[in-house]
Amino acid sequence: MNPRRKRKLRAVVLLTVALLLAGALVYTSFSAATEAATPSQLVRAAEAGRSYELTGKVVDGSVERRGDGLSFAVRDRTGRTAIPVVYSGVVPDPFREGREVIVEGRVRDGTLVADRDSLVTKCPSKFSEQKGSQSS
Amino acid sequence: MAAVGSACLFVGLLTAVYAVVAALYGALTSRRRWVDSSRYAMYALAGLVVTAFGLLEVAYLTSDLSFRIVTQSSSTDTPTFYKITGMWSTQEGSLLLWVLLLSIFSAAVLRATRRTMREIVPYATAVLGAIAVFFLALSVFAESPFTTFATPPAQGNGLNPLLRHPAMMIHPPMLYSGYVGFSIPFAFAIGALITRRTGADWIRATRRFALIAWTFLGFGIMLGALWSYSELGWGGYWAWDPVENASLMPWLTGTAFLHSVMVQEKRGMLKVWNVSLIVTTFVLALLGTFLVRSGILSSIHAFGASTLGAPFLAFIAAVLVGSVVLVLVRLPDLRTEARLDSLVSRESVFVLNNLVLVGVCFVIFWGTFFPLISEAVTGTESSVGPPWFNQYVTPLALVLVLLAGIGPVIAWRRATLANLRRAFLAPVALAAATLVALLVLTPAAESVPSLIMFTLTGFVLAVVGQELWRGVGARRAMAGESPPVALARLVARNRRRYGGYVVHAGIALLFLGVAASSAFVDQRDVRLRPGETTEVGDYEVTYREPTARFLDDRSGTGAPITFGAVIDVEHLNGGERFTLDPARNYYAAGEGGGPMGTFGRFFQGESTTEVDVRWGVRRDFWMAVQPDLRALIAPIKEANRRFAGLPGDAQTLVLAAIVDGYRRDPPPATFRTLVSPMIAWIWIGGGVMLLGALLALWPTTGARERRVTSVYAARLGRELSRA
Repeated sequence: MNPRRKRKLRAVVLLTVALLLAGALVYTSFSAATEAATPSQLVRAAEAGRSYELTGKVVDGSVERRGDGLSFAVRDRTGRTAIPVVYSGVVPDPFREGREVIVEGRVRDGTLVADRDSLVTKCPSKFSEQKGSQSS
Repeated sequence: MAAVGSACLFVGLLTAVYAVVAALYGALTSRRRWVDSSRYAMYALAGLVVTAFGLLEVAYLTSDLSFRIVTQSSSTDTPTFYKITGMWSTQEGSLLLWVLLLSIFSAAVLRATRRTMREIVPYATAVLGAIAVFFLALSVFAESPFTTFATPPAQGNGLNPLLRHPAMMIHPPMLYSGYVGFSIPFAFAIGALITRRTGADWIRATRRFALIAWTFLGFGIMLGALWSYSELGWGGYWAWDPVENASLMPWLTGTAFLHSVMVQEKRGMLKVWNVSLIVTTFVLALLGTFLVRSGILSSIHAFGASTLGAPFLAFIAAVLVGSVVLVLVRLPDLRTEARLDSLVSRESVFVLNNLVLVGVCFVIFWGTFFPLISEAVTGTESSVGPPWFNQYVTPLALVLVLLAGIGPVIAWRRATLANLRRAFLAPVALAAATLVALLVLTPAAESVPSLIMFTLTGFVLAVVGQELWRGVGARRAMAGESPPVALARLVARNRRRYGGYVVHAGIALLFLGVAASSAFVDQRDVRLRPGETTEVGDYEVTYREPTARFLDDRSGTGAPITFGAVIDVEHLNGGERFTLDPARNYYAAGEGGGPMGTFGRFFQGESTTEVDVRWGVRRDFWMAVQPDLRALIAPIKEANRRFAGLPGDAQTLVLAAIVDGYRRDPPPATFRTLVSPMIAWIWIGGGVMLLGALLALWPTTGARERRVTSVYAARLGRELSRA
């Protein structure tokens, strides 16, 4: 094989591999992704057995410890529609009523049953003022 | 003072503008004096920004609450260490830190190159000046750190308790030094493209800066991981969080760059690739700076929408488009000087390593920005989790570690069978022996990726060990030196090479820790009363007694109240026995009470987990506690009713009694316990990598002359081979 053809062949093989990998990447990311949802979206229409990533604010006065776990309600960022959540696992340090949280889980009988350790709490506003200032 | 600071930044902005104009004018008209003048302007810029930074530090140290940013991230009762470092937890302060590092790095590189590369330097100066103009303009017009209050508040917010950890305070400057450092090779690459001097000169001039940036960035990432492990209550060190990913991406492309520039230096190949890599790295560094503060991706780091989104995105887009256009226009000047001779050669291993590194970077990029991508494609925002990342990054990491063993010792151009046998026979045999030993003696086969990683670690360590062994042997035979002397001289004479070997050994050790701890961790979340016992892994864990400390903070974070637990741990086979003291710090909520009244507010502010770890090279025993404060509600309510009117001193006594109540009548507490085998090797490996990088960076006397000779030798060799 002459060198020019060899190089071409190499380039084609490499490109094919790269394309296949990129295709796999795109396919798996869409099939493995968890959909983000607000409380009102979940209350309105939640497919059973499907995993959602719920974002919203913890309703004041709703946090309750239950043995190992925690139950609370999450409401829309602006609005009152709320969905109850049961959660077990690590509670992030900044978690508190009124704070913005992200939690992943499945809806069962109108309640989000959260995956273990999936709770993420955003930083309290006291340290971010209006402008958003949180170190990495 | 604030006026002086503002003036420094404003004059700094003008100076940077001047530097850009003078450098370009000097370059276009070939007037040396203008170019010199632009360099002096960059020195002056460094002086001005250092002054502004110093003024702000003084304001922090003296808790000058008329400064808005001081009230945001510090207070009079913040411990001194956190006063000094509180600045970069604000947006204004971190922008100033960026400019500070940029101006210092720029001044350093311009001084180092003041007598060389006369064509490239003016354009590089202009690029660096332009970057400084952008950041200074943000500091002056949008996010001034010198904004003051006419009537200062009585007290500041204090530093966010979560950030009160030594690693977390050193982590941002390290990351930023990395991000900023990559602007130096970027600027010189642009200069090289503009002037069509696309040889290896710009690489040689800035390689040290690229390596410094890479080292800082890597060290910063390690510190962040260590903070996550030893401060956050979940027990992991990496969560594929957008901001973590943002810092890893430029590090990966930077790693690729450090390798591929060697191919350009040695063989004159990969020129387009190298300029593209450094452009990508710099753009990713800007993106990293931006993502932390943008709030466009949900992360535990990125909070609240920043006002800087638009200008930052515009700047990133300008850098990207400008660079791509420039590279395309200069494609004819970037033609390769040589062709790949064989697939079994160091060049091709380096190319492969580059492709894998860029592949990892792309995977991470896709996953990180998937919420935006999916929203654009399907209309609904979705995200991918850690399993998705792991499924791609794990196999790629295995390939990388394999290449880390092959790359340093395979021959350039074309490896012969003899070369391969000499370089790899012993390491492969050792890796095979490792594999057999693991299969027979340990349960490592339960996790196939980990098993492969252990084997590869053995391979890489054997390669590095063999190189050192042979080098020492040669010196001993030739100079008759004793082994330690021979080793020291061997490394000292060829620091870049052996520094690189040490880095490779470090990365192998790091992945050893990652593989062992992720596959064989024992985790248990359990709720215990004092006196109760549970089992975790091979250990028996007993909650001996609760602790309650009031105004007796032992971790230096300034927390007024701490509830914890004394835990006795004993190995099931007897022998090993130790005590842990995990705790949780409570900070008061702001004045004005909150739902729990005068006394309740002391428990209603921030609270932070204080993890306790028994570190060990074989395994870590990690423990965090979440006290249950419901038992305190009744006494707090009673105290509110009876003592709310008392003077401050008396209230302190009441509070002390409430705190002590937790110890006297303890409720059950929730514990998370991890037994992580060999997780310490992540930090040890990181330390070894740092050591190797420093070794490679340490200046050698006479290195300059040798470098010049080797360049001529290489050029001569190329010409001879062509003839």
